[in-house]
Amino acid sequence: MSEQGTSGQATAPARAQDTSRRDFFVKVGLLLNGIAVAALATPVVGYLLSPIMRSKQYRQWVDLGELDEFPEGQTRLAKFKNPISNVWDGATDNLPCWVRRMHGEKFQVFAINCAHLGCPVRWFPQSGLFMCPCHGGVYYQDGTVASGPPPRGLFEYPYKVEDGHLMIEAGQLPTLATQASLKTRSKECQG
Amino acid sequence: MSRLAKIGDWFEQRLKIEPVLKETMGHPVPRQSASWFYVFGSAALTVFMLQIFTGIMLALIYVPSAGQAWDSLQYLNHGVPLGWLLRGVHGWGSNFMVAIVLIHMVQVALFGAYKFPRELTWIVGVFLLLMTLGMAFTGQVLRFDQDAYWGLGIGASICGRVPFIGAWVVHLLLGGPIIAGDTLSRFFALHVFVIPGLLIGFVSLHLLMVLKLGINEWPMPGRIVRRSTYLQQYSEMTHKDGMPFVPGAVWKDLIFAAIIIASVLVCAAVFGPYGPSGQPDPTIVQTVPKPDFFFQWLYALLALLPPQMETPALLIGPVIALGFLILLPFFAGEGEKSWKRRPIAVVTILLTAVSWGELTHLATYTPWSPVMDAWSGDPVPVQYLKGRSPLEREGSAVFQEKQCRNCHSIGGSGGQRGPALDSVAVRMTHAQLVRQVVQGGGNMPAYGKQLNPAEVAALVSFLDTLHPPNQPQARDAARQLSSQDERPKPEIAPVAAQK
Repeated sequence: MSEQGTSGQATAPARAQDTSRRDFFVKVGLLLNGIAVAALATPVVGYLLSPIMRSKQYRQWVDLGELDEFPEGQTRLAKFKNPISNVWDGATDNLPCWVRRMHGEKFQVFAINCAHLGCPVRWFPQSGLFMCPCHGGVYYQDGTVASGPPPRGLFEYPYKVEDGHLMIEAGQLPTLATQASLKTRSKECQG
Repeated sequence: MSRLAKIGDWFEQRLKIEPVLKETMGHPVPRQSASWFYVFGSAALTVFMLQIFTGIMLALIYVPSAGQAWDSLQYLNHGVPLGWLLRGVHGWGSNFMVAIVLIHMVQVALFGAYKFPRELTWIVGVFLLLMTLGMAFTGQVLRFDQDAYWGLGIGASICGRVPFIGAWVVHLLLGGPIIAGDTLSRFFALHVFVIPGLLIGFVSLHLLMVLKLGINEWPMPGRIVRRSTYLQQYSEMTHKDGMPFVPGAVWKDLIFAAIIIASVLVCAAVFGPYGPSGQPDPTIVQTVPKPDFFFQWLYALLALLPPQMETPALLIGPVIALGFLILLPFFAGEGEKSWKRRPIAVVTILLTAVSWGELTHLATYTPWSPVMDAWSGDPVPVQYLKGRSPLEREGSAVFQEKQCRNCHSIGGSGGQRGPALDSVAVRMTHAQLVRQVVQGGGNMPAYGKQLNPAEVAALVSFLDTLHPPNQPQARDAARQLSSQDERPKPEIAPVAAQK
């Protein structure tokens, strides 16, 4: 290893000892770096995983408007602001949903996203069908699958009526893993 | 000594780079490998550098904010002088890059270049392909328009199919609960910092190995690769029948690189930049999202796979494909290199190419999707209305009004989700048509709740008229027998009577 550190007349065992000392300090150095990196990594991992830590806080009740805006027997597009949003979200925190008022205070509020792969389904009142423009998913007016590849009916938001306003519990993009509601739907009139 | 040479010497004394440059430029290549077939790797590198350059140019203006990205793209297109051209070059450059990387990969596979000792070069190349596709997808997201927004929705929905941790994956992908500002920011970081950084590192490694191991020799049928003898054979080949890379082979790379850059420029100037399409506002639901060219095969596959196979195909398929590509040089690391003696390799590549081409072709006209405005946009052909009864004409109105046209074409226009109905009366009897309309089935919704009996009667009487003039309408054979009452056969007549 190094010649200078042994000041001329050093013996072989002394050198070996010296080398092992340096090896030891290399290990100490590595260990210290390991500790420092671990100390840094912990907050970094926490930072990176922050979107999934707050999962429970995502859903909140939002107002869709007065009941009068939704005539009985019709399905209409409603818009709401996502409960969690930032000023730099632009138009993206403005979300649509389909509101079907069956009668009185009985509603179905469907997510816009097709249960197949999330494309926006469109309501056709004449034929009473929701059609998806991407892969041909079609749903009946009650959200059950009529045709195409969707593995389940349209996602539904839980709703309640408060002071003459329709409220839904919304907050996350509905997919098969992050459903709008945990309530399992019974299969009504298939085919 | 001239002043220039003195300056050169000054740098050389400090950098000591001359031997490295000489070794790099002068590394011997087999004479036959100095071929036009070997230009795609350097072409991919050329386009990559073009992408880095134009990407930096675009970043001078682009605003990675969900609220303003779309406006900044419009500003680039219309407000900044020649901004449209730079966007065009970057967009077309990405198309060229994906295409050239794929061609390079096919060439390398056909020429057996992944065999010993270039296994790691191939594996690094597989990761380079993944990163190229990653750049293509994240770049499509940065063009933050309707297609980007709903493309993210599709990406999230695919992640949502991951068992157990699906919700986590969705939230990690989106950077939050919905597609919003944080989503664009993280895709910006991926597209501009993370993946390009990895790409530069992996490209360097890839190139280093090409230099250290030498370029693949031209494959000859019968020249077998063996681990024990290959290195010596290759060394002999390059020394006996080789030439230095510069200028022996490099001129073809240079000429092809210039052609590619010129082609990208011409495409950008003639066809212009990609989008942006509509604003990324999810409340605009009148949209038909579609991925960019290089992902359309996947889009088609997801429409055509049986539903129960989708999740396995989405989650296991890529693992199998990637595993196959990575392991390829290990189970086929020796043996014949020539495509003339490797029929399975040739057939596999052809099959993949044909499937990819056909899926992409299908995605250009999406026969599986309802045509959303066919019912209000496409007229019923006049010949289907001429001389028809009022009930039949009323039926054609029902046909349009109830959006049957969105999935069924007549007269060549309308959806292709269901069968064309121009000759449906030849295939189905009156009773079968009524049943099909009311109950649906065979992937068709049931319309029983949406049509009253009068509408069903009108619609089916219209459908009954849809047959060529020289072909009769389909009839129920049993009913025909019983009504005509000709030579009643004892074994058939009772059955017919029951009906």
